[in-house]
Amino acid sequence: MDTGPDRAVTSKPHVGAVRSGFAPWEDPQARPLVRFEAVTKRFDGEIAVDAASLDIHEREFFALLGPSGCGKTTLMRMLAGFETPDEGRILLDGQDIAGLPPHRRPVHMMFQSYALFPHLSVARNVAFGLRAQGLGKREITDRVEEMLALVKLEGMGGRKPHQLSGGQRQRVALARAIAPKPRILLLDEPLAALDRKLREDTQFELMGLQHSLGMTFLIVTHDREEAMVVADRIAVMRAGRIAQVGRPAEVYEAPANRYVADFIGDVNLFEGRVEAAEGGVVRLGSPEAPQGFTGFVETSHAIGSQAWIAVRPEKMRLHLDPPPAGPNRLGGRVADIGYLGDWTTYVVEVAPGRTVRAACANTARTVERPIARDDAIWLTFAPDAGVVLVE
Amino acid sequence: MRTRPPLAALAPYLWLLVFFALPFALVVKLSLSDTVLAMPPYAPQLDFAAGSAGLKSFFAALDLETYRRLASDDLYLASYFSSLRLAGLATVILALVGYPIAYGIARCSDGARQVLVMALILPFWTSFLIRIYAWIAILKPAGLLNQALASVGLPPLTILNTEAGVLVGLVYAYLPFMVLPLYAVLERQDESLIEAAEDLGCTPTGAFWRVTFPLSLPGLAAGALICFIPMVGEFVIPDLLGGSETLMLGRTIWNEFFANRDWPAASAVAVALLVSLLVPIVLYQRQQAKVLGR
Repeated sequence: MDTGPDRAVTSKPHVGAVRSGFAPWEDPQARPLVRFEAVTKRFDGEIAVDAASLDIHEREFFALLGPSGCGKTTLMRMLAGFETPDEGRILLDGQDIAGLPPHRRPVHMMFQSYALFPHLSVARNVAFGLRAQGLGKREITDRVEEMLALVKLEGMGGRKPHQLSGGQRQRVALARAIAPKPRILLLDEPLAALDRKLREDTQFELMGLQHSLGMTFLIVTHDREEAMVVADRIAVMRAGRIAQVGRPAEVYEAPANRYVADFIGDVNLFEGRVEAAEGGVVRLGSPEAPQGFTGFVETSHAIGSQAWIAVRPEKMRLHLDPPPAGPNRLGGRVADIGYLGDWTTYVVEVAPGRTVRAACANTARTVERPIARDDAIWLTFAPDAGVVLVE
Repeated sequence: MRTRPPLAALAPYLWLLVFFALPFALVVKLSLSDTVLAMPPYAPQLDFAAGSAGLKSFFAALDLETYRRLASDDLYLASYFSSLRLAGLATVILALVGYPIAYGIARCSDGARQVLVMALILPFWTSFLIRIYAWIAILKPAGLLNQALASVGLPPLTILNTEAGVLVGLVYAYLPFMVLPLYAVLERQDESLIEAAEDLGCTPTGAFWRVTFPLSLPGLAAGALICFIPMVGEFVIPDLLGGSETLMLGRTIWNEFFANRDWPAASAVAVALLVSLLVPIVLYQRQQAKVLGR
């Protein structure tokens, strides 16, 4: 892949970065392509976006992730110009774009419904933005051909949208939005209408397209897997606020709070009180584990304060025989087993009504399982497997 | 396969047979008859007592004489073309007046839309004749319109008993039939299409002409045909607002039938009108089939 000379390159190792060396957000000198500055939006007094601040950099694939109603779509629509912020500013290339109507913004959107013009052929749909830019006939024809080839719809230019399959329509919508070369492409739940298999393939195609075009993409989605696969960075949103911004691996492995930990995948949360915190190690006293929990932390925690330790199911270790006594150790009974083929999820009841999940990769080709329902079992996890959260 | 109870499927055909096909056959037969000074005022009449011979002489007496008379008489042709012209002109005015109304209603909030559509239909609660008579009171030389004009120092207008009066009446009476189909397509239109057009660089005006308007053409076509077809044969409006100078087929039929007691001529005009309206009716049917088939 061509990284280009203008790409900000830092020497730090990049945990979980798809593109090594691409991290312009770590460069304090870099000017973001898009900057949301404490943007607030209310609808009839209801707050939709609450003082959201975000930087999106040139060539970045950025995801806004959150449940429906969290304000992610409103934030995107404000960038497109369909909504106006009540407070705060939106900067594009350092310029406040408050006064610009949608048709003057070099920002194009791919709509969730695709919003293809039903009276126009595929080619005329793709040409729509080019005509509005006032390009010549020849140029438009060439560019439409180029775009249709890019989304693998060669020879489909003469068809009407209603003659296409859902996946083809999605491609036309994509081609139409990128044809006029926007500074940033907005994708509003672009894959929501596709079936699972097609969605997964399209995710990789979107990434490939974004890399080869060198364009900046902003995607809005409620599907965490989709966001994790495609994005360089994810902003997790909750009730109009940005809960965390980071690389997919960062928000997964180092969630900033319980909400993010829970929204980005399955998580086991153990509550306790800080008993000791020194040398980057925190010990939590908790009625759940006989000898409490320990975890590594970077920030300081006050003795006696409430905290949680969050552990992903795949980081839990299962033991058929009691492991040696120590922290991070729980005993229980297998309540449920979910066999998924590649993974098996064990639901372990550690106290009446309290279950913990553990997931194991099925690396061996065996049909017999060593663990069955109602088996007594022990769970442990390493001190670096859990994240200590205070929020 | 969709199955229907056979009897229910017969119902529309039975209806059409009794209330359209039979009366129309009678009118066609009348148009092929000759005028006589008798009661009823036409010949031949079917003589059932004479059996097959009576049937034979009955069909032998039918001819196209009346149509020949129609084609050679300037009065009929003039009223025919004048009807088409007035109905066409009224359709254009209806489109120009009705489109902004339909567009405006479709862009209102849900609550306001219901009130406005209701307001559009509300005049139907008053008798059609009374509403047209009301226009006489407005348009007559010393009517409300000229009083209003005089009060602001403008010269009076002569509208009643002219073609302008007929156009006013046609546009007024048929406006809901233009607005409602247009409103139906405009209201159904996906708002994200307009957003997409603006997003791709169209001004709001550009988005209207490149997206909203072309997509509303089926509604415009439906409205135009629904108005044009009955307006060509309209009788009450030209009779009350048009005066003796306005020639329209509806009045011609009425005159032939009631004033001249020339039933064959009246029937022939009616048949000629229907045949010439077949073109727009077929157009309308095809357009509706296209909309439904989508």
